Amino acid sequence: MLEVRDLNVYFGVIHALKGISLSVNEGEIVTLIGANGAGKTTSLRAISGLIKARSGDILLNGQSIINMSAKDRVKNGIVHVPEGRHVFTEMTVLENLELGAYLRRDKAGIAQDIKQVYKHFPILHERRKQAAGTLSGGEQQMLAIGRALMSKPKILFLDEPSMGLAPLLVQEIFSIIKTINEAGTTILLVEQNANMALQIANRAYVLENGSIRVSGSGQELLKSDAIKKAYLGG
Amino acid sequence: MKKILKAKGFKMLTALVLTYIIIQVLVSTNIINDYMQATLVTIFINIILAVSLNLITGFTGQFSLGHAGFMSIGAYTCALITARIPTTWGFILGVLAAAIVASIAGYLVGLPTLRLRGDYLAIATLGMSEIIRIIFINMDDITNGAAGLLTKRFVNWTWLFIFTVITVYFISNFLKSTHGRACISIREDETASEAVGINTTKYKVMAFTIGSFFAGIAGALYASYFYVIKPDIFNFNKSVNILVIVVFGGLGSLSGSVVSAIVLALVSSFLQAFSDVQMILYSLLLIIIMIFKPGGLLGSRELSIAMLGDWRAFIGEKFKALRSRKEKKTTAKEDLDNDPVENK
Repeated sequence: MLEVRDLNVYFGVIHALKGISLSVNEGEIVTLIGANGAGKTTSLRAISGLIKARSGDILLNGQSIINMSAKDRVKNGIVHVPEGRHVFTEMTVLENLELGAYLRRDKAGIAQDIKQVYKHFPILHERRKQAAGTLSGGEQQMLAIGRALMSKPKILFLDEPSMGLAPLLVQEIFSIIKTINEAGTTILLVEQNANMALQIANRAYVLENGSIRVSGSGQELLKSDAIKKAYLGG
Repeated sequence: MKKILKAKGFKMLTALVLTYIIIQVLVSTNIINDYMQATLVTIFINIILAVSLNLITGFTGQFSLGHAGFMSIGAYTCALITARIPTTWGFILGVLAAAIVASIAGYLVGLPTLRLRGDYLAIATLGMSEIIRIIFINMDDITNGAAGLLTKRFVNWTWLFIFTVITVYFISNFLKSTHGRACISIREDETASEAVGINTTKYKVMAFTIGSFFAGIAGALYASYFYVIKPDIFNFNKSVNILVIVVFGGLGSLSGSVVSAIVLALVSSFLQAFSDVQMILYSLLLIIIMIFKPGGLLGSRELSIAMLGDWRAFIGEKFKALRSRKEKKTTAKEDLDNDPVENK
């Protein structure tokens, strides 16, 4: 479904992504793991168009999207939940969700999807009239994911959804990610919490210093000694 | 729903017409004399400037220090046109041209500078408005340089009233539209709005262009009422003054800008009597109010007829509570008088 070929990204003189190639198949959960500064977030941002790649190609269903703006990529179904939640703090939960459907014009479908989001996250329904800034960290993360679902993603990019959350909430978020995936959304997940990510992922790529070191199925990598040592704590 | 909207619009229209009639009566009975009329006109111009800057700074979150620059473009454009066609039609043409030229300038300035954020954008816009001013000083042949242009008065306060109403109406409707929501979401979180598919650069430039458009109109009105324009009127201080009105009224509140433009104009015209310490008092007042109301007079809320209704209900309730307490007291007293034994 999504194919990235030899993607190079520079920040000034720094070569941040050194020829990354990866693929995501329809219906999969694929995760990118790696240490701080390995290029996980940069990869996501480059694929969703928030930053520009110097060279390489990105194919969505066989069609090149490398020259598309971020907006057009959203229109084509690549939806990004940025790191650190980024909700519209002074707007209500409902307004946040409505903005998620910014590019859509089918009112009935939007109303339906809002209901669907409330089904995934009942707490958001309870808080629908509250300003998003007053939600807890976990609730904001749920809202950010819910908002992304409102743009009807074909492939959903999640950047560190577990960041700064209590362990119990991390569990909950991951099980919701799994549910969303089972409902038919392909997911590309970036995580610090490699253990959790590998458990729910079909496949994984390990990034190091801007290039891919290892790739394999989630289970394989969970068992691999080298990975255990480097990222899973022994 | 439509009916309610209609009713609301109708109420608003009535309020506007009433305001107009009241001011008109005051003007024609000379209670508002010529001097006060100048203040009135300043208020209207400041409302247009503040509301349009609020769109850029308060709602879209782009800190601009160059609003006076776009105002000056409007002023000069209009003055040059009315100098050649000195009729009311010439003035109308001048206002239109002023708005269009200013918005083109806003577009051209906004396109490169709006990629900057925060302080950098403020410095860039400040620089642009200074450049505009210096250009006007040096285009001797057309603008008469630092001495400025002298035209005629083409408008009375009614024109200003009409243009102010149009400006506020347009901008408040714009903010309620999809485009307006997109602008507000940029202020709230630029990354997130990009992630939901909003073309942030486009909307920032759009807000900036619309803001400049109305700044141009304000400039044109200024030139057509006060009939003397010099580059120095539109200096850095002017930009700051407009920003002060916006911040004082509340970033993100149109009615706040309107109220604050009125309040500040009244305050400064009242302070004219103490000319020695005028600026000191004015600044002190600003500091004091910003200490006690850091979000501005209205914060990011809007004043509305519904809100007035709420207040009325609130006051009514208080009043009722007060009365019932009084009644209780009196009845208790009566009870006491009538039947002291039972009360014990």
